[in-house]
Amino acid sequence: MPFKRYVEIGRIALVNYGKDYGKLVVIVDVIDQNRALVDAPDMVRGQMNFKRLTLTDIKIDIKRVPNKKTLIAALEAADVKNKWESSSWGRKLIVQKKRASLNDFDRFKIMLAKIKKAGVVRQELAKLKKETTA
Amino acid sequence: MAPQQRKPHVCRNPDLIRGVGKYSRSKMYHKRGLWAIKAKNGGAFPKHEKKAVAAAPAEKPPKFYPADDVKKPLVNKRKARPTKLRASITPGTVLIVLAGRFKGKRVVFLKQLTSGLLLVTGPFKINGIPLRRVNQSYVIATSTKVDISGVNVEKFDDKYFGKKVEKKKKKGEGEFFEAEKEEKNTLPQEKKDDQKSVDAALIQCIEAVPDLKSYLGARFSLKAGMKPHELVF
Repeated sequence: MPFKRYVEIGRIALVNYGKDYGKLVVIVDVIDQNRALVDAPDMVRGQMNFKRLTLTDIKIDIKRVPNKKTLIAALEAADVKNKWESSSWGRKLIVQKKRASLNDFDRFKIMLAKIKKAGVVRQELAKLKKETTA
Repeated sequence: MAPQQRKPHVCRNPDLIRGVGKYSRSKMYHKRGLWAIKAKNGGAFPKHEKKAVAAAPAEKPPKFYPADDVKKPLVNKRKARPTKLRASITPGTVLIVLAGRFKGKRVVFLKQLTSGLLLVTGPFKINGIPLRRVNQSYVIATSTKVDISGVNVEKFDDKYFGKKVEKKKKKGEGEFFEAEKEEKNTLPQEKKDDQKSVDAALIQCIEAVPDLKSYLGARFSLKAGMKPHELVF
């Protein structure tokens, strides 16, 4: 079980604690054994402890500490946003956010939809059962 | 020049901090030009003559002094106002009733009455809740809104919902055991008509939104895994 995701310049990480919880950031430099310099298009570049970061599979091609413009251009070129949102991890997070923001009416509609779907599935299952026994 | 064309006057003595002006008394005296006014008036500040105060009619000393001092109650200038309505509750909001015989039912908010209570209706055909008053504290406001512009709720106020005063009958000995009271528990036809007229326009707007009718007919309940402090209503 070797490591697959390394801390390197250009590694995209997810912030898992603190003010920027849930944001995707780029590791732009390593300060010391515990801290990294971290940057994102919508935040001021700053330091973060590695314990606050969870590494992702995505890596972009940048030099050490690029300026904001270069960073944004590199993120666009690597299409980080779409890669993240189509990855299973990214999709899960999106679904979690959607569920948390559901209205009482939305929850009701979802309940109706679930019951309908279960009904359809059960019908099909009954059909298949009949076919195999017949 | 018309008064509206004047430039708004800047304060002559701006605050350095609250309570401390930039200029001292002597500087302000000079700035206000009191020296010029005095000079114009020949060395002294112009005085107005005091208006002659009409001599107050001589009050006779009172004939009676109470033995103990009577305390006067303190001044109370508070006005009675209806309870402050939560910002999330606007006319047409769907509310969840939390207590009483309709607990868990979802209901449409119409308006706030002068007593502070909320006027609310099922609508009756959908979930059996008539025009009713409900306290704001026993209600969760959802973010679902119904269009209420076609409904006229002007005529409803607290008196409409008050208990009817029965005229006292004189006690007759023979009638003591007969209990001649009419069973006045039937709703007057007028209230039924009011309910119908309010609900007619509402039900049309509700049926325009898919699933809203069954939503209003269903009761709310907490299921496993639902954390009320994390739920968005």
